[in-house]
Amino acid sequence: MKKLLMGTALSLAVMSSAAMAQDAVSACLITKTDTNPFFVKMKEGAEAKAQELGVTLKSFAGKIDGDHETQVAAIETCIADGAKGILIAASDTSAIVQSVQKARDAGLLVIALDTPLNPVDAADATFATDNFIAGELIGKWAAGKLGAEAANAKIAMLDLAVSQPSVDVLRDQGFLSGFGIELGDSNKWGDESDPRIVGHDVTAGNEEGGRKAMENLLAKDPMINVVYTINEPSAAGAYEALKSFGRENDVTIVSVDGGCPGVANVKDGVIGATSQQYPLQMAALGVEAIKAWADSGTKPTPTEGKDFFDTGVKLVTDQPVDGVDSVDTTEGANLCWG
Amino acid sequence: MTNPTEAEAGLARRNESIASFEQQITLLSRLQHALHSNPALVPLIVLVLSIVVFGALLGGKFFSSFALTLILQQVAIVGIVGAAQSLVILTAGIDLSVGAIMVLSSVVMGQFTFRLGMPPAVAIACGLVLGTFIGFVNGWLIARVKLPPFIVTLGVWQIALASNFLYSGNETIRAQEIETQAPLLQFFGQSFSVAGAVFTYGVIAFIAIVLVLAYVLRHTAWGRHVYAVGDDAEAAKLAGVNTRAVLISVYMLSGLICAFAGWVLIGRIGSVSPTSGQTANIESITAVVIGGISLFGGRGSIMGMLFGALIVGVFSLGLRLLGADAQWTYLLIGVLIIAAVAVDQWIRKVSA
Repeated sequence: MKKLLMGTALSLAVMSSAAMAQDAVSACLITKTDTNPFFVKMKEGAEAKAQELGVTLKSFAGKIDGDHETQVAAIETCIADGAKGILIAASDTSAIVQSVQKARDAGLLVIALDTPLNPVDAADATFATDNFIAGELIGKWAAGKLGAEAANAKIAMLDLAVSQPSVDVLRDQGFLSGFGIELGDSNKWGDESDPRIVGHDVTAGNEEGGRKAMENLLAKDPMINVVYTINEPSAAGAYEALKSFGRENDVTIVSVDGGCPGVANVKDGVIGATSQQYPLQMAALGVEAIKAWADSGTKPTPTEGKDFFDTGVKLVTDQPVDGVDSVDTTEGANLCWG
Repeated sequence: MTNPTEAEAGLARRNESIASFEQQITLLSRLQHALHSNPALVPLIVLVLSIVVFGALLGGKFFSSFALTLILQQVAIVGIVGAAQSLVILTAGIDLSVGAIMVLSSVVMGQFTFRLGMPPAVAIACGLVLGTFIGFVNGWLIARVKLPPFIVTLGVWQIALASNFLYSGNETIRAQEIETQAPLLQFFGQSFSVAGAVFTYGVIAFIAIVLVLAYVLRHTAWGRHVYAVGDDAEAAKLAGVNTRAVLISVYMLSGLICAFAGWVLIGRIGSVSPTSGQTANIESITAVVIGGISLFGGRGSIMGMLFGALIVGVFSLGLRLLGADAQWTYLLIGVLIIAAVAVDQWIRKVSA
């Protein structure tokens, strides 16, 4: 009887240590929200990769975009949980730095996904789209499509939010620079003096905001013929506004993201071109990096010439323009997310 | 017997005034009285003033039938939700779940059509029923279980929003698909124009809802009961008003109107998007407050809410046309809210 008990205790001990060994590499994924398809896809990519590598993944998300407190609590939970690393798409890129430092002090590898922290080196590494290049691609494409008319373009800029988060600024300024417009301070939008810009307005990145912002700018100048949008839902909203003004056929809309509905809108001619990014890739690379950190203590290295690891971006359009590399909507649809 | 002429002279000399408090009927107190009896007057004055000021600053660009009707289109959704919010606030309650009910209903209308293959009319009916049902849950918890409206609708807001994301899988149904397969969903996006003024069916629905509710609140027993419950629920009960039934019916009607707003929303943005309407609760409360409806219940008119919503619309379009940073809009609306509540407090002090 005693032996039996001992045996049970032993096997229990063995089992639990085996369980511990399995738990050894655990990682956290903290996203801005779990409602945005972009982050849903990111989570899918991370989960698939984690399963493949035998990493335990725990996911956290803010309640809404901008929900900083929940992200701080999530980092604290991860530290307490003994995770090896954290993948985070930060809502507040400056304020989160202190909590990130706590995690790094506790020996966790912290990787910023999609959104670089401020300063960038507050995280061990950043896996992100080069949003400036994403903007530049659609800017060059729009200029190429207009040809000589680009000199007389009337441009509406549909941005994300008045708080001007870095992704908002980078895409906006990338577009303008790609289009050939002189920038003011490239750390903010709205200070350019080029008369071709009719105005900037904010959309909150959704259809409702896109439509309203487009209406506001059309009221300012009904002859707008180029529309930059922060993402595809706001582009869809802008298109509805243009339709109500009867202008949908003579305006070029460009966007960034490459979500599946967005690519379908490019195919249907609602959006002229969009820069596609790869959230699945970001997350998968992030999980690999944490696994490598846990196994051998190596940190990922950034792309040459950049302070982050560039996960790539492609221009999706069915109307290619000379001098700008692009893929068509069929390929875009194969690579799309959400 | 005294000389009658002397008595008459004495009568003529007497002070006819009765004992009274010293009270000066100044212009200010007359204004206070006028505002007390016509709560929609303040927002109406502010609305007219703001249109005049922006019209003077911007000229024809702003002061055109086109731009002014554009404002109507832009505030229609918030206005419809605001009508629902007004009903609830008149009962001294608050409904934080209005935007979530709206977006969940619109998602149900869209997904029932596209995922379950229902005819659009049936799917729309399902959405309306769902909204009414959520409103019933709100009302039941508030009237029967006696939970505070703020807490109940805070919870239901989260539940409805989460259900919205879970059920929709965060998927947007694109405008192009709706257009070809279920144009009925976009019904309220259609428009007609009269001499440059563009009216969408959504705008017509918005104004119709406000007018009908204004009539019902003023001229039906149910409407008077809504005011009575908000003013003093205990007194209303003693006077024989079934306060529970009134409260539940108010929240149900609020839910129904929000679901209807969900249908109008599809018309406005073309697509069915689960990320819409996230701030509709705050925006509707803003319209109600600027519209002079008292958060303490029982006072204010739904026409005030209409003006309140339009004031916000005039400010946002006007400031954008002036080229101001969008942040200024928020700042000024913040000022308006506080001013509106301060004026409300002042009017409440009116001596009956």
